[in-house]
Amino acid sequence: MDALESIRPTSARRWRTPPLLPRLLGVALVVAAWQTLSSTGVIDAQELASPGTAVATGLALVRSGVLPQAAWISLLRVLAGMAIGSLAGGGLGLLCGLSRAGEELLDAPLQMLRTLPFAGLVPLFIIWFGIGEMPKVALIAFAVAFPIYLNVYAGIRSAEAGLVEAARTLGITGSGLVRHVLLPSALPQALVGLRYSLGVAWLALVFAEQINASTGIGHLMTDARELLQTDVIVVCLCAYALLGLLSDLTVRALERSLLTWRPAYTGA
Amino acid sequence: MVAAIELLPETRRRDVAARVRDLRRSFGARAVIDGLDLDIDAGEFVALIGASGAGKSTLLRVLAGLDAEIEGDVTVAASRAVVFQAPRLLPWKRVWRNVVLGLPGRPDRRRAAAALAEVGLEERADAWPRTLSGGEAQRAALARALVREPRLLLLDEPFAALDALTRLHAQDLVASLWRDHAPAVLLVTHDVDEAIALADCVLLMRRGVIAEKVRIDLPRPRGAADGRFVALRAQLLGWLGVTRAAEGGR
Repeated sequence: MDALESIRPTSARRWRTPPLLPRLLGVALVVAAWQTLSSTGVIDAQELASPGTAVATGLALVRSGVLPQAAWISLLRVLAGMAIGSLAGGGLGLLCGLSRAGEELLDAPLQMLRTLPFAGLVPLFIIWFGIGEMPKVALIAFAVAFPIYLNVYAGIRSAEAGLVEAARTLGITGSGLVRHVLLPSALPQALVGLRYSLGVAWLALVFAEQINASTGIGHLMTDARELLQTDVIVVCLCAYALLGLLSDLTVRALERSLLTWRPAYTGA
Repeated sequence: MVAAIELLPETRRRDVAARVRDLRRSFGARAVIDGLDLDIDAGEFVALIGASGAGKSTLLRVLAGLDAEIEGDVTVAASRAVVFQAPRLLPWKRVWRNVVLGLPGRPDRRRAAAALAEVGLEERADAWPRTLSGGEAQRAALARALVREPRLLLLDEPFAALDALTRLHAQDLVASLWRDHAPAVLLVTHDVDEAIALADCVLLMRRGVIAEKVRIDLPRPRGAADGRFVALRAQLLGWLGVTRAAEGGR
């Protein structure tokens, strides 16, 4: 009988534990260990603040309005950079995806630019744009443009030839083809690009705010470094992480609402 | 239903839905279509059979206007519609929007609903195409073709991917839609029984030309048990090089 196997219903196969609990348990263990090491003096408060201190500092910074103010400014920088970068990347992706002439003209230089490490552009951007908001937004825009470009371009080129052909037999050509067939079929891939570029945007923000920022989370961190306030640094890192997480959740919600037509594999 | 043809007035009978003279289509050095002539009258149901790679689908694509790298004269009805082997519905548009896609003006829900009702799919109007079964999706593709009221309907093995039972239902549906709307039909198929059951005329494509032609004037609906049906099947299978004529068409 051992050549037979029974198919167990999914309801029996699934873990019955509440999904949030085990995950939080892992986090709690790490934090507890950290707190213990700090309290016993193994970790020097000068090098890394204890979680307790960090939470207290964080609450104080929120209450005084310093952290929300800084986070708001950082968020605005990311949004501005994302807007400019995705417009540029999306536009170029459309151009290269839709037109072979555009591809031949633009793709090679864009691929070359793409290999530049954006963090290395900081000195150049300071010379070009000074030390105001401009170089920060420009750096984010530059970093964001390429993932968007690549994914929009690839998305358009992955449109099914059969659907394009069927649309043509229905009399759909030119802009109609772009609107009804090419753009919707590029959308899933473009959203992958958006998600990836949001991650890159926060990374670029960290680099951008290390240079001469007088506002924003990066500024808070620079000040904290001067004063060896490791608790503030920990709070700022957490703020970056939370903002990054928040933007990822936003894109996921966007994906769910825009891709309802796609019954996709949701994971085992 | 021989009467369906005879009911058409003589003048319309002589209208052509497609006229092809000395058509050539080469892929590299290989001429897939090589000096082909073809006439399809208005309202005529033509089935095109032939071995794989004989150029049937290439010919259909030329008539559809999807392949213009050709030599020769091709005249086809301006209003034509295609149903492919795969339904080719846009997955991001609900079924009813797929049906009226490409029609002039705003998407007309009532028109879509009427066409979907004809293929028995009105209750799936708001479904996403990927949630349809194979037979449902192919019926939606038929509705999408018929809502355009084409004078020439091109069917490229539309039932090949369906299971046997669904295929029989789909064939009946095509027969009744053809009776009601009277478009000329070119049906490319591998299924000899299907060709005999549906068509006025069966053509065999071989070596890039129409090599054989037989008119089928059996009364409709045509049963496969009919003696003349069996004889025709043997003849068509003979064209295709299958000598075990007693066996089925597939």
